[in-house]
Amino acid sequence: MSSPTTQRPSRSVLALFGERVIESLVYLCGISAIIFVFGIFFFVFKEGAPFLAKLDFAEFFFSKQWIPTSSVQPKYGIGALLVGTVSVTALAMLIAVPFGLGAAIFVSEFCTGKTKETLKIVIELLAAIPSVVWGFIGLSVMSPVIIAVFHVPVGVNLFNAALLLALMSVPIMVSIGEDALKAVPDSFREAAVALGATRWQMVYRVLIPAAKNGLLAAVLLGVGRAIGETMAVLMATGHAIKIPHSIFDPVRTLTATIAAELGETSQGSSHYQVLFLIGVVLFSITFVVNLLADLAVKGIKKQ
Amino acid sequence: MNMNTILNRGALCAVTTLAAALLLAGCGKSGSDTGGSGKKTTVANIGSDTMVNLAAGWAEAYAAVDKTVLIEINGGGSGVGIKGLINGTAELANSSRHIEDKEVAELKEKRQVDSKEFLVAFDALSIYVHKDNPLNEITMEQLGDLYRSDGKITKWSELGVTAIPGAKGDEIIRVSRQNNSGTYEYFKEAVVGKKNEFKLGSLDMNGSKDVVELVGKTPNAIGYSGMGYANASVKMVKVAKKKGEPFVAPSIATTHDKTYPIARPMFFYTAGEPAPHVRKYIDWVLTDAGQKIVETTGYVPLPKK
Repeated sequence: MSSPTTQRPSRSVLALFGERVIESLVYLCGISAIIFVFGIFFFVFKEGAPFLAKLDFAEFFFSKQWIPTSSVQPKYGIGALLVGTVSVTALAMLIAVPFGLGAAIFVSEFCTGKTKETLKIVIELLAAIPSVVWGFIGLSVMSPVIIAVFHVPVGVNLFNAALLLALMSVPIMVSIGEDALKAVPDSFREAAVALGATRWQMVYRVLIPAAKNGLLAAVLLGVGRAIGETMAVLMATGHAIKIPHSIFDPVRTLTATIAAELGETSQGSSHYQVLFLIGVVLFSITFVVNLLADLAVKGIKKQ
Repeated sequence: MNMNTILNRGALCAVTTLAAALLLAGCGKSGSDTGGSGKKTTVANIGSDTMVNLAAGWAEAYAAVDKTVLIEINGGGSGVGIKGLINGTAELANSSRHIEDKEVAELKEKRQVDSKEFLVAFDALSIYVHKDNPLNEITMEQLGDLYRSDGKITKWSELGVTAIPGAKGDEIIRVSRQNNSGTYEYFKEAVVGKKNEFKLGSLDMNGSKDVVELVGKTPNAIGYSGMGYANASVKMVKVAKKKGEPFVAPSIATTHDKTYPIARPMFFYTAGEPAPHVRKYIDWVLTDAGQKIVETTGYVPLPKK
């Protein structure tokens, strides 16, 4: 199709039309994710919005009194729930980040051949375990173990849930962290080795600084996974409205509150609307975390 | 680099997880089954949240008994059900209390009929502790002090229990239910008091079975749940109405003779004489097959005749 004089191969009208159809279908698929995200946000916000006018923001965010079904004076304070979500996520990351990034470095730099393949498959398998199963493990296996080992009165608590969330977010950290390390050009490694660096020095001084944005993105996506998790934390945190004083206190998260209470709340009631507002809060938190991760990756590209 | 696609997938995952959680939770509301074609007579069955699971169990089993009738279950509370009878939106009301005189009068005025009451089952809550816990008896006042927001009891020693094998520390771990379950409502009414609030910080389980499961694994715990959920790792505590009155063990017999304090009857109400197909349903509920479902959903069946 270089010069206008050459005869273009003729195509039937149907084929041309077909191509247009396929093209627009592919386009639709492409933008569907965006439509869905906005659609969900709109829906969640719409359900919760009527309550915004009545909402006392200070009480909503800072009070730890969550008594939505009171027949005398309902109270909608998500303070304790926010603290619950943040503390479970933070503790989970404290456990998951060293393991996740360590495993990513090991898989990408230190092992080869069969070990590497096996490790990758096993780690992916870890990601495939449904969260109810994790929750069940937390409730019936880990709970008595935690009571016996740490001498605490209750086994479903902050620590139990954080451990589960750590295990759940390690796979995503490993696969994205490994991608980030793989993206560092081999010339970096060659240069480091040529300068006489040991393997560990190469990782520590060259690869980690070079891949730091990708690794940060890996961590942030792990955080997003942990914040959004529902079923496992519902079963393993103890689901108690309480500001934790130690890592062995039971807590309650935002996601678990929605999951536990929305099912039997009558549609359109204040309780129902507040639960949707919690959804909006959660949505905002995950949005910010994902945005940060995205910006971190953009940072890589600039380099 | 395929990082971006992974990232987008990750973002989408987070979003869909949240959405799925919301949607799934929302779906639990309509307990009725609308599968199947052909013409079916629907019966609107509205009322008590405590009875929603039981009513859904009955409706589901009845679908196989009479294929021409579809029972549609909705919760909302006993009052909502009776209100439905009064304004004609319900044919059958589930109620975990007797109908009030005011409601009877309103029904008479609006629809010119009397209400008809059918006792269909009982609801009894057992107090569970770990099987090694030496606690055998508790009064309603002590339970109130334990669960009410201004109640003083937080330690086992305050209930006179000093050595629980396997327990760590003296703290009582209170196990409760999520705040919109019928069991929670009934326990609140019977123990905490309608005008009072629960003490926050209890472990709010998401099912009757979960309560018993958790208590069975936690020597420091105490919890309430349906009588039918007992297993080998927990113990049911005897309850007295007041200090000085006899302690009564929860059982089907003590529920029937009204000596066990945390038990109540559950009713169906209709406006006037029920239509033949509704009558047939009520009769089926009272048969052994219907009462079997009462037992399997964790409630107490009627006394055998």
